[in-house]
Amino acid sequence: MSVGTGDSSLADRARKGDRRALARLLSEVENRTAAGEQALRLLYPQAGNAHLVGVTGAPGSGKSTLVAALVTAARATGRPVAVIAIDPSSPITGGAILGDRVRMQAHAGDRDVFIRSMASRGHPGGLAASTVAAAAVLDASGFPLIFIETVGTGQSEVEVASIADTTVVVQAPEMGDEVQAIKAGLLEVADIVVVNKSDRPGADRAASQLRAMLTVGAQHDRAMGDRPRPKRPDVLLGSAMTGSGVPELLAALDRRDAARRERGAETLDAAALKRAEAQISGILAQRVSDQLRQPGRADERSATLRAVATHEIDPFTAADRLLDLLGERGEG
Amino acid sequence: MTSPAEPPRPIKVLIAKPGLDGHDRGAKVLARGLRDEGFEVVYTGLRQTPEMVVSAALQEDVDVVGLSILSGAHMTLLPKICAGLREQGLDDVLVTAGGIIPDADVAALKETGVSKVFGPGTTIREVAEYIRGNVRRSS
Repeated sequence: MSVGTGDSSLADRARKGDRRALARLLSEVENRTAAGEQALRLLYPQAGNAHLVGVTGAPGSGKSTLVAALVTAARATGRPVAVIAIDPSSPITGGAILGDRVRMQAHAGDRDVFIRSMASRGHPGGLAASTVAAAAVLDASGFPLIFIETVGTGQSEVEVASIADTTVVVQAPEMGDEVQAIKAGLLEVADIVVVNKSDRPGADRAASQLRAMLTVGAQHDRAMGDRPRPKRPDVLLGSAMTGSGVPELLAALDRRDAARRERGAETLDAAALKRAEAQISGILAQRVSDQLRQPGRADERSATLRAVATHEIDPFTAADRLLDLLGERGEG
Repeated sequence: MTSPAEPPRPIKVLIAKPGLDGHDRGAKVLARGLRDEGFEVVYTGLRQTPEMVVSAALQEDVDVVGLSILSGAHMTLLPKICAGLREQGLDDVLVTAGGIIPDADVAALKETGVSKVFGPGTTIREVAEYIRGNVRRSS
């Protein structure tokens, strides 16, 4: 591996606290350039220390405002904090409005707060394809606490839970009854559910309904033995606007982090393994896609796509054919 | 790894309203229009200090900073923002302005680092074309 190139010095400067280099490096990573990949190879071994907190929930539930309040609370304890805030890209034009910063402008000038917006660029699941890599860069650059705010999600965008150490699902009052609370999906992967906007009517009732439905079943859990089971989240009330409940939420996050680190000494954290898998799968998919677009294969790829589109062949046969195509080249 | 078939990355634009005027309709319409032109638009909203604009431009690594100002304070705020960007090493960021800016001030603003001032009646297409033609970053 070549050291001393422009790429490695970008990584080096980012790690030493150069925010301009960090910002540029995040772009390289986001744009999946060779320079970004090179820098990640250097930085990855230095990452793995930060607490990655995923924050997800419906559009308008108050995720950005809550993250801003958490940043303020964390800064009060002296810790550097980073935020990755993802907003959706247009499926039509590829453009995006990245509007999460609107709620997060209080910390301009504080060099220990670093906020970066990312467009989802077609990646499903509420994140961008390079979110995990971006988090690793921030981690290696010395941010011990990193919030990852997803796009506004619905019921089943659970990807964030597989890449974050701790997942916070933000709910607002009057977003549904007990049946919503027992539906499978997003609420099952929460470590902490926050009923935000607790200054609004109905918040207490929403919290107690969620608590009743999500935290019951401890006895059933034991009976389930080793079978996979949903998490039993803490349900907290909070108001990002007034700040009420925010210190308690940060304390709950810190407790989760401490418990995770203690466990980590004995067994490798499940979240870390999932994160590794998600990263490798993403890179594999990208590599395969890139390889298929190489000049020698692009024609066959297009022909295969057309054959599936016109129902001449089925997509399984098509996938096998393309994999064979990669194999031929790989061996030859 | 990059491949030749990969589409070019979207141009990233920061749209901000420095100062104290509360008229953000234009900035929002432009943000939306540039979204439709395929740009990634970071929108930071109203009442931004020069420090906030510079900090957002740095952290977001934008290609363009678009400043909307209708308060009349452009001769104070815009040079401060341009100086702040240079101070942070963001010399390659294209700075444009729009809103209510008298023609008589345009030359002076250009000297401080504003590349282009768009007056009332400018179409979104014109803004997008100007940005595409003048973005300085190649990577």
